Amino acid sequence: MRWWLPFKASTFTGPIDGLFLAILIITGIAFVLVEVGLIWFVVKYRQRPGRKAFYTHGSTRAEVIWTAIPAVTMVALGLISNHYWVQMKGRNSIPPNAYPIAIHAKQFEWQITYPGPDGKLGTPDDFTVRNQLHLPVGRPIVVLLSSEDVIHSFYVPQFRVRQDAVPGMDIKAWFEATVPGTYELGCSQLCGLGHYRMRAQVFVQTQEDYDAWMKQAAQEASS
Amino acid sequence: MTTVAATSHPAPAHHDDRSFIRKYVFSTDHKIIGIQFLFVSLFFLLVGGLLAMQMRWQLGFPGKPMPGGGVLPETMAPGGVILPEYYIQLVTMHGTFMVFFAIMPLLVGVYANFLIPLKIGTHDMAFPRINMWSFWSFFAAGLVMLASMFVPDGAARAGWTMYAPLSARHDYSGASIGQELWSVSIILVGLSSILGSLNYITTIINNRAPGMTWFRMPLSVWSLFITAILGLLALPVLSGAAIMLLFDQIIGTHFFDPAAGGQALLWQHLFWFFGHPEVYILILPAMGMVSDIIANGSRKPIFGYHSMVFAIVAIAFLGWIVWGHHMFVSGMNPTLGSSFMVSTLVIAVPSAVKTFNWMGTMWRGNLRFTVPMLNAVAFVAMFVIGGLSGIFMAATPVDMFIHDTYFIVAHLHYVLFGGSLFALFAAIPYWYPKMFGRLMHEGWGKVHFWLTFVFYNCVFFPMHILGMGGMMRRLYDPSQYTFLQPYQPMNVFISISAFLLFATQIIFFVNFWWSLKKGKPAGLNPWQDNGLEWTLPSPAPHGNWDRVPTVYRGPYEFSSPQVPEDYLPQTRKLPTDREPAAATAARH
Amino acid sequence: MGKLGVVAATGGAVLVLALAGWMRPGVPAAQGGGTISGKVKFTGAKPAMPKIDMSEEPKCKAKYTAAPPTEEAVVVNANGTLANVFVYVKSGLPATYKAPAPAGPVTLDQDGCRYHPHVFGILVGQPLAIKNSDGILHNIKAKGTKNRPFNISQPAVMTSDRTFTAPEVMVPLECNVHGWMHAWLGVLPHPFFGVSGSDGSFTIKGLPPGTYTIEAWHEKYGTQSATVTVAGSETKTADFSFAAK
Repeated sequence: MRWWLPFKASTFTGPIDGLFLAILIITGIAFVLVEVGLIWFVVKYRQRPGRKAFYTHGSTRAEVIWTAIPAVTMVALGLISNHYWVQMKGRNSIPPNAYPIAIHAKQFEWQITYPGPDGKLGTPDDFTVRNQLHLPVGRPIVVLLSSEDVIHSFYVPQFRVRQDAVPGMDIKAWFEATVPGTYELGCSQLCGLGHYRMRAQVFVQTQEDYDAWMKQAAQEASS
Repeated sequence: MTTVAATSHPAPAHHDDRSFIRKYVFSTDHKIIGIQFLFVSLFFLLVGGLLAMQMRWQLGFPGKPMPGGGVLPETMAPGGVILPEYYIQLVTMHGTFMVFFAIMPLLVGVYANFLIPLKIGTHDMAFPRINMWSFWSFFAAGLVMLASMFVPDGAARAGWTMYAPLSARHDYSGASIGQELWSVSIILVGLSSILGSLNYITTIINNRAPGMTWFRMPLSVWSLFITAILGLLALPVLSGAAIMLLFDQIIGTHFFDPAAGGQALLWQHLFWFFGHPEVYILILPAMGMVSDIIANGSRKPIFGYHSMVFAIVAIAFLGWIVWGHHMFVSGMNPTLGSSFMVSTLVIAVPSAVKTFNWMGTMWRGNLRFTVPMLNAVAFVAMFVIGGLSGIFMAATPVDMFIHDTYFIVAHLHYVLFGGSLFALFAAIPYWYPKMFGRLMHEGWGKVHFWLTFVFYNCVFFPMHILGMGGMMRRLYDPSQYTFLQPYQPMNVFISISAFLLFATQIIFFVNFWWSLKKGKPAGLNPWQDNGLEWTLPSPAPHGNWDRVPTVYRGPYEFSSPQVPEDYLPQTRKLPTDREPAAATAARH
Repeated sequence: MGKLGVVAATGGAVLVLALAGWMRPGVPAAQGGGTISGKVKFTGAKPAMPKIDMSEEPKCKAKYTAAPPTEEAVVVNANGTLANVFVYVKSGLPATYKAPAPAGPVTLDQDGCRYHPHVFGILVGQPLAIKNSDGILHNIKAKGTKNRPFNISQPAVMTSDRTFTAPEVMVPLECNVHGWMHAWLGVLPHPFFGVSGSDGSFTIKGLPPGTYTIEAWHEKYGTQSATVTVAGSETKTADFSFAAK
């Protein structure tokens, strides 16, 4: 069982895992300050005969310090996070040469349409496969998400990528897989009784393997 | 010498000749209404817990027959094995009951009703009959929601967040009338909240006793006041959305159905525009009451009272502009993701300020660890974890990964259970004597506290790890995913801890009921507190005071150098005190 | 006295016999009855049915050792006949006709991630026993328009029962976890229906004498009607022919 984030298999893991760790450190410091402080106070200031509490209504200086430090930290965190957010999800974030795959989510399967040997979606050599997502490694992929019925969500933990597929909307999400292997795509938005079984296998392959698979799959589809 | 009612015999405010029904059932007395909310909400807390226990059985032991599951019908659990559609009903109903029928009414329905007139020094709420309707519409809503679990095709099952179009179309969800009853119940519960808010706001603005200036009000009252404003503005949005959903479900409109021209995201925007202020409704009263209890338990004034007030106002104000942080990956314009991230990160600041002020209150205090104080300190310790985990989600890139995973489940339970529920475990025994004239058993209260604290952390802390590993929410059987199979032992550990946590609550419930008749009789002021309510007999009489008291100072004058005792009630007049300039309300 | 006793006893016996005769359970309309049978031919090029890739469900995929399964929308038999055509009496039964109580449930089995049978009939009020022999999650969504739709899950080996209250030709059934799984159910107020099998033939037995409109329904090729008159216990033939589109 892993105690940390999943195996890193995409270019997004750098920024996301890095941010996660940074936040863990910042919140960890705050956590230790507060919890140790509380325990310390609970022990040190417990009621004992003859003790009297220190009568004070507060300290403006303390208020300023402990308002300013969190505020500055949050603003800095926001600026850094936004930089990566725009890179990953921004309106113009999709790399121009990203390889397109259309994924139509439906209760309770993923209908994956490949662009076929010509590499373009919307041409006659496209074909659709159920629940099997083959991807070439090392190049940006753009997934064109749509939904047949309810809201589903495209989620591959090892890629750190997640995007809801909303009926009535065509939504693009991009990512780049970095490690060949087999992964799982899960539905990450409650979509009905089969939600827990709405999964696809994800095969990240070298470009040669991918091309070979593409050739064979396209042949099978057209026969 | 003193106007504190240290008299040995309680004087009823006026001769009480109401019938039993008028006194205890259809009562307009804010205290009775508060107690009615208490009994009914505690029942729903139990219901919510039972639903959770079934969920934890399935998660810990997927596909195994549940002990006692034989009583459930074939459509829910044939042979005691929970079906997927029943599991998601459990998920939905657990969230719904806990949010709308347990925590919100326990914090607001009980304590806004019970405490506000007592703590500001007036006889009752501004609109006592509307107050009564606030309780009965809540009660009706609860009955409807309970009924929805027993109708053909079962209960609503799109999560307590009820996303459309899954919730709007029966052919997608498999439910029928159960989904519609959810909508009806929510409309009624919204009505209850709105009616209550009208009272709380009006009473606090208009009916404070002479000398009870705004900045002499206890933080519990401030938080209830601000919460009432949030409720008044937010619940109508939910009710409106629920009405639209109901229309989609039964009269053929298509607000939320894209297949017929509607918008799926519209539901999310409406729901979360309500939903985010709602979660502040669920925490602010808790924070307010904890402030009162920590000051009392530390025998010190609250540290930074004015900052605390401003923090409450800031949280409430900012709470209106963060709702999109529930929708970062929803398909919403990513630029909104940036703006909502900023506002969400900023809202962490006032919560941090409050945490430091609670610590400042305890610093150099003279701490008395009564059951309320133990639970209040635990509130601070647990709420901080919930608040800090929120920062991970506020950072939008990280949220892309942890959205809709158990990391979120951990966060929400740390703030709602670690926060709100521990605050209730503090507040209930604290004001119990003023409600019922007796104290809850202190020893068993401590046993309950420690066991709850340990088991609670065993249940919810590991969920952070599950979420980091990518375990999604609302999964009937996580073992269907190869990458989640290694986490199954963790799920078993959590489930067993959850069963023990639930069993521990029996101690609380027995203590509550037993103490009603067998608890130690409480005097007027068992906690040596300064608030106005502690000058009245326990239990407080109908109408509270014959003549409203006069207030000479703030509520947190503990260990004041002016008097030898370590507390100084708000209504006690010292030789150096002057009468307040003008009454804020006519003396009556 | 004795004579009276004999008369009484005889009368009583006659009464009892008559009563017994009257109370005998009604014989299903003509134990003999007419029969309509026939073949459903298929003309034209046999359409190729796509293979079903069951890789996502290894437990089901493993059950197909010989050849991978194919879609079932059009099943043309080796002898050029069309299987899975639902043939039934659409009209012609007397208004007073009452169907006998069904002998037991009709079973629909999910085995190898396929519905068995693919097309079948059931009486109004007769229990449908939906069996999950696969032991993995199937859901059964019944998209009736005259019958209440339902959608139930079966995560393990189990059987669930449902009944239908209104005649409906046909109620589509599907599994949403395995999108290739479809079945069709005809709900009728009488037992006079049949499904063409692997030799393309169907038989409808036990008809009371009369003139009937019978309809043949296919999920892709639509419906065709024929009028047949049967009397006594004769057998009449009604053939149908569907053409490739």
